[in-house]
Amino acid sequence: MSNHQQLTDSSKNKSILKILEPIGRNLGLTLFAMFALFPLVWMVICAFKSDAQMYNTVFVFQPTLENFRAVLIGTDYFKAFFQNLVVAGGAVIITVIAGVPCAYALARYNFKKKEDVAFQILSFKFAPEIMVILPIFLIFQKVGLYDTFFGLIWVYQLITMPLLIWVVRGYFEDISVEVEQAAQLDGYTWYEVFFKTLVPLIKPGMVAAALLAFIFAWNSFTFPLILSGFKIQTITITALRYIASDTVHYGQVAVASTIAVLPEVIVALFIQKHLVRGLSFGAVKG
Amino acid sequence: MFGSSTKKKGGEINYNEVPAHIRRRPYYIIAPGLLILIGILIPFITAIFLSFTNYSFRLPKWGFVGFKNWINMFTSKEFYHALSVTLRYGFFATAAEMLLGTGVALLLKKDTRYSRILKVLFTFPLMVAPAIAVLIWQLMTSNTVGVLEKVLNIFGVYNFPWAASHSTALFTAILIDAWVNTSFVILLVLAGIQSLPKSPFEAAAVDGASSWFTFKTLTFPMLKPFMYIALLFRLMAALQEFGIIYALTKGGPGDTLMNISLTGYISGFTYQKLASALPFLLVLWLLINKTAQFLVKRQRYLAQQAAGK
Repeated sequence: MSNHQQLTDSSKNKSILKILEPIGRNLGLTLFAMFALFPLVWMVICAFKSDAQMYNTVFVFQPTLENFRAVLIGTDYFKAFFQNLVVAGGAVIITVIAGVPCAYALARYNFKKKEDVAFQILSFKFAPEIMVILPIFLIFQKVGLYDTFFGLIWVYQLITMPLLIWVVRGYFEDISVEVEQAAQLDGYTWYEVFFKTLVPLIKPGMVAAALLAFIFAWNSFTFPLILSGFKIQTITITALRYIASDTVHYGQVAVASTIAVLPEVIVALFIQKHLVRGLSFGAVKG
Repeated sequence: MFGSSTKKKGGEINYNEVPAHIRRRPYYIIAPGLLILIGILIPFITAIFLSFTNYSFRLPKWGFVGFKNWINMFTSKEFYHALSVTLRYGFFATAAEMLLGTGVALLLKKDTRYSRILKVLFTFPLMVAPAIAVLIWQLMTSNTVGVLEKVLNIFGVYNFPWAASHSTALFTAILIDAWVNTSFVILLVLAGIQSLPKSPFEAAAVDGASSWFTFKTLTFPMLKPFMYIALLFRLMAALQEFGIIYALTKGGPGDTLMNISLTGYISGFTYQKLASALPFLLVLWLLINKTAQFLVKRQRYLAQQAAGK
């Protein structure tokens, strides 16, 4: 009897588990989704609230564009947005021009100290930013690179270059060397091989890596905090001013944040497939 | 992982039997990229040099002072406090993100429409700059306009101090850090889950192994290399976190959140005593570098083990 009893008990347990399992799973996911996504939702809600509504309403309110007007018109936030675009975009362009060949050489050629060079490039990723930036500040002031586009774009290479080189190197390694040899046999010179056969093959991955590098550069806080002054303002630094003043206009804080986050969310949607590989510097081929 | 190309010798062009000008080609190709980065390395060497001087942005004259800055640092309370904040922040932020991220990744394992949508949505916080993340959380935690205050009021908690109090500032900073970065762990562990081979799990199911046993002996060991990469990236970043803490309280209240990065910034940049700030930052660099080296080695070993070598 007891044997039979146990059997039905355990199968009953299993069927209960089968019902409970998806409920528990979706509950857990929903809880985390609230943590991960609600702050963004709340930010957008706050962006449309007037100063008065900010204090006495939660979800039901009369949406207004007043905050957008206050942040975008007659302030330097728009200028910061544009300058951030120039600095981050410029940094990525330089990185692609100098970094993709570098990635190719590290993937294909076998030369002395190759792994050392690759590791050295990676180690920039793990160097404390403040440690690197304080001496650079000193030198930039001496040579006149402080608060210039050129100076910032150069320093941003520390963010964008290691990422691009390591990720794109992985994409090059994925291409069989026979593809190249076939093209060489057809009489292509080495740069024709590179531009006509290899670049088209790695293009999706390369573009994704460049876009991710752009996001990292866009988000950089430490570098512009120390190396830019009155002339160049980036969005991360300028946005902080909205919270620093004595009378905080939370609606404007929300608008400033929304504008800073929006381009990144859009980019993230485009590079979903390559995100894991990019974020892990090619270590995980998701 | 790192250094994967060494295994693929067959996939490389062997240029050893070709003329010297072609053999030198890889060096020409990497030169521009390397020069750009090495140009930035010069200040780094300057840093070590300057840490033995009394250089300050304010004084026109400076000279060597030997190990004075280093001795000052090791005998100051400030240093040990900063080290403790750095380690606590690094440990708790990384631990929270690893546990939460792995847990959520396991929940996302089953492929449903809900989980597919969430996978995309969860990448959004990851894109947010630390400083902007702090702003977003100010909107959440403000005692006047924040929605969390209203939620806590329901539970009878009023005026929760968040970043304004000694006892909750570290928690608040780590909460924001976890909001941004937990998704990173989720993505990496999910990539690991997707790469799992099917047959061992089928065998375990046939043998009637419990799900806990399967997780302990199969899933977890095979996910370990992926978790190590997540751990490596998160720990290295958390040990030198600057943006979140600076934007949140500038190291305050008092010196509650003054980790080594913040201490170095305040004494080097705000007080303009560069030379005395540099030893702090060099110690941080050493700490991060050594930890990274250790983790990379360990990760390689685990990846080989998981691959059955």
